[in-house]
Amino acid sequence: MFLAASTREQFASKSANLDLRGIFELAIHGLLLACAAVSIVTTVGIVFVLLFESVQFFREVSVWEFLTGTRWSPLLKPQHFGIMPLFCGTLLVAGGSALIAIPLGLATAIYLSEYASPLVREIVKPILEILAGIPSVVYGYLAVVFVSPLIRDTIPSADLFNAANACVVVGIMILPMVVSLSEDVLQSVPRSLREGAYALGATKLDVTLGVILPAAMSGIMAACLLAIARAVGETMAVTLAAGATPNLTLNPFEGIQTMTAYIVQVSQGDTPAGTLEYRTLFAVGLALFVSTFVLNVFSRWILLRVEEKYE
Amino acid sequence: MSQVEHKRGRPYARIASRTFALLCAGATWLCVSILVLLLWNIVSFGWDSLSWDYINRFPSRFAEKAGIKPALVGSLYLIGLTALFSVPIGVGSAIYLEEYAKKSRWRTLVQINIANLAGVPSIVYGILGLGLFVRAMQLNRSLVAGALTLTLVVLPIVILATQESLRATPSTIRQASYALGATRWQTVWYQLLPAALPGIMTGVILALSRALGEAAPLVAIGAATYVRFLPEDIFNDEFTALPLQIFSWTSQPQKGFHEVAAAGIVVLLVVLICMNALAVVLRYRFSKNKRW
Repeated sequence: MFLAASTREQFASKSANLDLRGIFELAIHGLLLACAAVSIVTTVGIVFVLLFESVQFFREVSVWEFLTGTRWSPLLKPQHFGIMPLFCGTLLVAGGSALIAIPLGLATAIYLSEYASPLVREIVKPILEILAGIPSVVYGYLAVVFVSPLIRDTIPSADLFNAANACVVVGIMILPMVVSLSEDVLQSVPRSLREGAYALGATKLDVTLGVILPAAMSGIMAACLLAIARAVGETMAVTLAAGATPNLTLNPFEGIQTMTAYIVQVSQGDTPAGTLEYRTLFAVGLALFVSTFVLNVFSRWILLRVEEKYE
Repeated sequence: MSQVEHKRGRPYARIASRTFALLCAGATWLCVSILVLLLWNIVSFGWDSLSWDYINRFPSRFAEKAGIKPALVGSLYLIGLTALFSVPIGVGSAIYLEEYAKKSRWRTLVQINIANLAGVPSIVYGILGLGLFVRAMQLNRSLVAGALTLTLVVLPIVILATQESLRATPSTIRQASYALGATRWQTVWYQLLPAALPGIMTGVILALSRALGEAAPLVAIGAATYVRFLPEDIFNDEFTALPLQIFSWTSQPQKGFHEVAAAGIVVLLVVLICMNALAVVLRYRFSKNKRW
């Protein structure tokens, strides 16, 4: 009797224990799920905030006018709401910085992956990490204080702040990204491809340019697209370097304004909330978000296909 | 290579190969020298303005009297608060994705979403912060609003780093722990987290150095650039941060302010280097205890 009762008691307390533990485990599970949901909520929040104000903006300005208009002057009368000048400025900076960063970065990646001794890699890679960790406002400072006078000395007709100025510093800024991503891709090319080519009597140049580079091409393209997306979203350096004049031009020595720089300009001013001028901020933000989103998704899609190829 | 070249025995093959190697090496050393040149320029330009007074003074309309105290204090508050918000959420999400979630559409969706968030420009987070924290939640332009915005910016970095280091812990540890009757959370808390700690800490410090250098989201939420007091109430007081102060000094036309900005950059870089050194030390100390 006594024994039976005590076992039953024991059993009951054990199952209560188990229940408590089960509830605890479930609570933890819920908590962790909530953490993971934060990232989803963030995306939804971004889209919602941007769309909410943009929709009100597009009630007064037609989407067609916004996308194709060639003049942008929402803060001055007469107002014009054509985003083309801002878009063109962004494109100019992204393209120019890619022209600097991609050849230099790719050559560095090839050197580090194919030629460099382990010692050189040990030295250069941390240095590139430091370069990648320098905040963007520092590059803006460099553009204003060092690069701008340099460009004006060479080409006296250039504006004080111009697109070329921004291209140089943003180019240096995205350089480490191009190097580290491309190097990863080059390293992932199977050793057997290299050995096969050497066995056929190819020189190192033949192997690098004729075998490895073509095999890694799509991955390198993805890396370059990611770097360009970064340049498109780059804010502080471009704001300081490129001036604040929306200008539909392809001349890199003229002052321009990018989408990001316009957002900074409005944020710093005292435009009252709820006005049409204020809502331009969200419309431009939406355009910026969509352009970087497309670039990112496209490059990730390419990278995914590369991974499948060599698995 | 074409057949004609082969018949001639490719006399230039070796030279071409050497030249290419030299070109690539040249590009690499160019990158390295760019970094050295940049740092040297900034340090030499800002060295004269740098002093204990400079760190301990408030900003001023006169360049020679300008100091960086509120910006430095603001930045330290910001990264402290950002760490407070981003570490639990980031590590929690990573644990959920790696240890709890089954392979499902939902998990893939969250994972892709995080990868995309990592590529969203920081100024867009600033606009979100403006709409959500500053206006909807009425946090105004306070330190908490700034830190919450920065948390969203760095969250993908913390999550991805934690996931990677959880993935690197051997599955034998998990199996042994479950075999001894541990629950899922006990396995995570007593086995996996200690094992993954060095990797997590490196990721967190990387994320915080990013937060320290970000100015764009703070500009977007409307943080001030000229503050003559130290923040006391983190929910209400206006604040400024190092990169913002540097930005505002750099936008001034006077050369004097550029020198003060250079000194500010030196302070910013010193803080960044200290944080990274800490990461290296922590990684070294904890990796010594690893037994696999």
